This record gives sequence, structure tokens and C-alpha cells, in this order.
Amino acid sequence: MSRFNKDGKKEMPELNTSSLPDLIFTILFFFMIVTTMREVTLKVKFVVPSGTELEKLEKKSAVSFIYVGPPTDQLRAAMGSGTRIQLNDRFAEPAEVMDFIAEERTRMTDQAAQVVSMKVDQHTQMGIITDIKQVLRKSWALKINYSATNRN
Amino acid sequence: MARKKRKVPSLNASSTADISFILLIFFLVTTSMDTDSGLARRLPPPPEDEQKEAEIDVKERNVLMIKVNAAGQLLCGGDYIEIDQLCDRVKVFVKNENNDPKLPEKHAKNIPLLGVCAVTDKHVVSVQTDRGTNYNVYFQVQNELVRAYNELRDELSKAKFGRIFAALDDEHQAAIREYYPQKISEAEPKNYGGTGR
Repeated sequence: MSRFNKDGKKEMPELNTSSLPDLIFTILFFFMIVTTMREVTLKVKFVVPSGTELEKLEKKSAVSFIYVGPPTDQLRAAMGSGTRIQLNDRFAEPAEVMDFIAEERTRMTDQAAQVVSMKVDQHTQMGIITDIKQVLRKSWALKINYSATNRN
Repeated sequence: MARKKRKVPSLNASSTADISFILLIFFLVTTSMDTDSGLARRLPPPPEDEQKEAEIDVKERNVLMIKVNAAGQLLCGGDYIEIDQLCDRVKVFVKNENNDPKLPEKHAKNIPLLGVCAVTDKHVVSVQTDRGTNYNVYFQVQNELVRAYNELRDELSKAKFGRIFAALDDEHQAAIREYYPQKISEAEPKNYGGTGR
């Protein structure tokens, strides 16, 4: 008499997995709804400052981003380590911001609600930011938002 | 003669789970849940011509000058101060509780829901930076200024309506905003034109 019979009289009942796809689909739809695709590849690196009086950026479709900071490590050899401005997928000079704003404005339905979010590295000097702000004023993009992380 | 009902052959759906798994993983990877937040500011409109802008003259008592140099030091109304003192300085300046002749002048103004009150709506907080100033210091200054206004508005709305500013409806918020208009001039060093909001 063997204790371990290989015939397996007591087989484990098979698990019913027919509802598994439904479960997965539910999670899938959740992620599909909350997802926002990143449109640009970052060419500058930045650590935004932290503040306490922040407001959330609503209406993502009316937001244009300006990135300011030193080039990423891969691009440092080609671009140097000085502060650069990134608009969409390329580096730019402060004067080019005007064209960028006009271009962004054409794709917006509610042009009055346009907000420019400035993602600026903490260690940037104010000179370049003042230049950008002057150009923004001239192109009537007056609502700006200094991107930051929350600090309690 | 009754035909025998034909059975529909069932579809093999065992791979549906795998397919949806792949989609799920794709969205998991590409998703970014972080909501963007930041300090909202409003720039003054562009000057129509250079001459006109120089004519805007503000009385000295109405201006609180905040200067930040390249080393990150703060000069507020003539005194060197630390960043954590700034909020209180701005609050005292904007409020002008005792009608001090050195602080901004008060006007009687009829504000809906609040009645006639004396407000310092002519004041301007002017931030001047050097081209070499660190952005972080500038941002902290802006943050403190907004905090000062938010605290003042909260104090007023608690006293008048018994709730904090954010909990009020649009009409009440507008009244409070009229009592304490945000006037931070920040674009050009010599521009005193307020950026009321």
C-alpha cells in the first residue's frame, strides 16, 4: 500500500478563469482613461522648486510647456552644459518663443484660456527667465504657471 | 418534421486574457498619474509704447520694494530680511491696520456684500531681481507673496463670512478679491504697473 498513489484519485478541481478577461479589461479601461501620453522627449533636465501655494493645472489642452535647464547627460557633449530652452522637441532661443506661442494658439479651441507652464530648473539664473517673460508679454500669453512640487 | 437544433460551436476565448494583459501593460507603462501643479501668476500686458510706461507714477508710500541680488539676499523696503520674515512684512504692508502714513493709503470703497470699507487698493508690491539671481530664490519670494495674500484673504473671509476663502462661492470670492487685490509687479525692473488679479 503506497501512500502516494500516482493515479491521483483526489485531483485538484480546475479553477474557472472565464471571468479573468473581464477583470483585466476593467483595469485596462481604468488606465486608458487616466493616461496622458507624454508628447515630448525631454532634452533638458530640471528639478522644479517646491512651494506651498500651488494651484493645479486644469484644462490640459490649453497648456503649453516651456522647459528650461541644462541639457541631459547624453546631449551635453554636443550642446554644452549651459542653460537651454526647450520648445516641443527642439532647443530654442528666447526670441523663438513668440512663434511657438502663436503655433500653440492655433491648435487651441479656447485661446483666451491659454496657460504657459514654465518648467524651470531650480539653479537657473533669472536673466533667461526674464527674457522669456518679456517675449511672453509681447505675444499676449499672460497667464503663466511656474511649475513646482508641493511642500508641506 | 422538426429539425434538430444545431449547437453553436463555442469560441476559444482563452487568449483574450493574454491580449488584454498586453494592452494593460502598455497603458501601465505609458501612464503618468502626476497632476501638474504650480504657482499661477499673471504677467502685465505689453507696454503700448515705452514713453507711456515711464509716466505711471506711484506714490512712494504705496510701493513695497523687494530686491533680490545675485547672492540671494533679500532687501525689503530698505531692510535686509530673511525669506521667512517676508510673508509678515507683506501682510503688514497690505493691511495697514492703523492707517500708518508710511504704509499704503486707504480709500473708502463700496464693495458689494462687504459695504463701504477702507482698502489699500493702490498698493504695489514690486519684485526686482538681478539677472544672476537664482530662480529658486525668486520662486520662494513669489511663493511667500502669494501666501501673504492668501492668508489675508482667509482672515477676512473668516471674519466676514465665517469660512475660508476657498470655500466661498464666486460672488463672495470676488468681493474678497476686491478688498485685497493681488498687485505684484514682476516683469520689468522699472515697471510699477500692477498685475491685479
